[in-house]
Amino acid sequence: MKSRFLLLLLIAGLLPITSLQAAQADHVTASHAWIRLLPGNLPASGYVTLRNGGATAATLVAAHTDTYASAMIHQSVQEVDGTSRMTMVEHLTIPAHGEVSLAPASYHLMLQQAARALKAGDNVDITLDFSDGSQLHTRFLLRPANAVDIN
Amino acid sequence: MKLPRVARLVCLSVVLAANLLLAACHQDEPPPWQLTNISGHMPDLSFKLTDDQGKTATAADYRGKVVLLYFGYTHCPDVCPLTLAHLHVLMQRLGKLSDGVRILFISVDPTRDTPAVLHDYVTAFDPHTVGLTGSPSDIEALSKRYRAAFTREPGKSDGSYDVSHSSGIYIFDGNGKARLLATPADPQDKMEHDLHLLLSTGERT
Repeated sequence: MKSRFLLLLLIAGLLPITSLQAAQADHVTASHAWIRLLPGNLPASGYVTLRNGGATAATLVAAHTDTYASAMIHQSVQEVDGTSRMTMVEHLTIPAHGEVSLAPASYHLMLQQAARALKAGDNVDITLDFSDGSQLHTRFLLRPANAVDIN
Repeated sequence: MKLPRVARLVCLSVVLAANLLLAACHQDEPPPWQLTNISGHMPDLSFKLTDDQGKTATAADYRGKVVLLYFGYTHCPDVCPLTLAHLHVLMQRLGKLSDGVRILFISVDPTRDTPAVLHDYVTAFDPHTVGLTGSPSDIEALSKRYRAAFTREPGKSDGSYDVSHSSGIYIFDGNGKARLLATPADPQDKMEHDLHLLLSTGERT
């Protein structure tokens, strides 16, 4: 009787551990998540620092949110001639025990067509999607257009 | 030990001559700019565009002000706002001196950047900023004048598009002479240092 109960406890305890090992998102922590809010309905940029505490790499492949019709991973690239342009990013790998920053003038989430009126100080929930299908729900703080970067 | 009188005189004159030379060098030395000096390498500030109030604006309107010229567009979510936010911090660091500075944000996307859109945009950053737009040919002529290339990238499925553009900040003195070129990567300290110099000496030259 008692040993059965213990076995059940053990199984119940083991289950989350096995799923934890499988899911990339569970090893990733997000910090300094913010969006530079621009006037009107101009596209905005989302920034966040992602830390992977796991022993294997985690790969960010997409992002989605109810607040914006479109959320894409982009990268600003500075060419040798001084020209700045943006490119789409299909995969963003966060190395094992490593860190990647989505930061101004680098990787960022390009957010387009806000579904509601937004103001500085509000929060926006964005889901980060990883290559194994796992997700990380992250709360982004809306900061004014002229805010300086914290990433 | 006492040096012979002649030796002492020689020493003294060498020291004196060195001092004189140093002083002379110091006087002839151009101001120690920390940004890229483009004096004499770029044409004077000259344009006729429409400002964010919908009024005609020319370079003459900004005589007496140190002008920071930057090409960008409002649908640029990352680098343009970052640059304007940094310039806002710079204006705050300059304090009252910032009254002598105007940031001119020239749109390289005049189709979408109407004066009204530009007005909301620039006022979100800093009160010293003026948004300028115009006909595509006027904008192209101005960007060519400062060799600031821009290209409209192929459109996306939703009809939106990006514009690749030069990220340099062209700095003109109060007489409309091109003086310095900054890049967004230049530290704030360098820009603050050079603007202090330009604001204190630039308008007299």
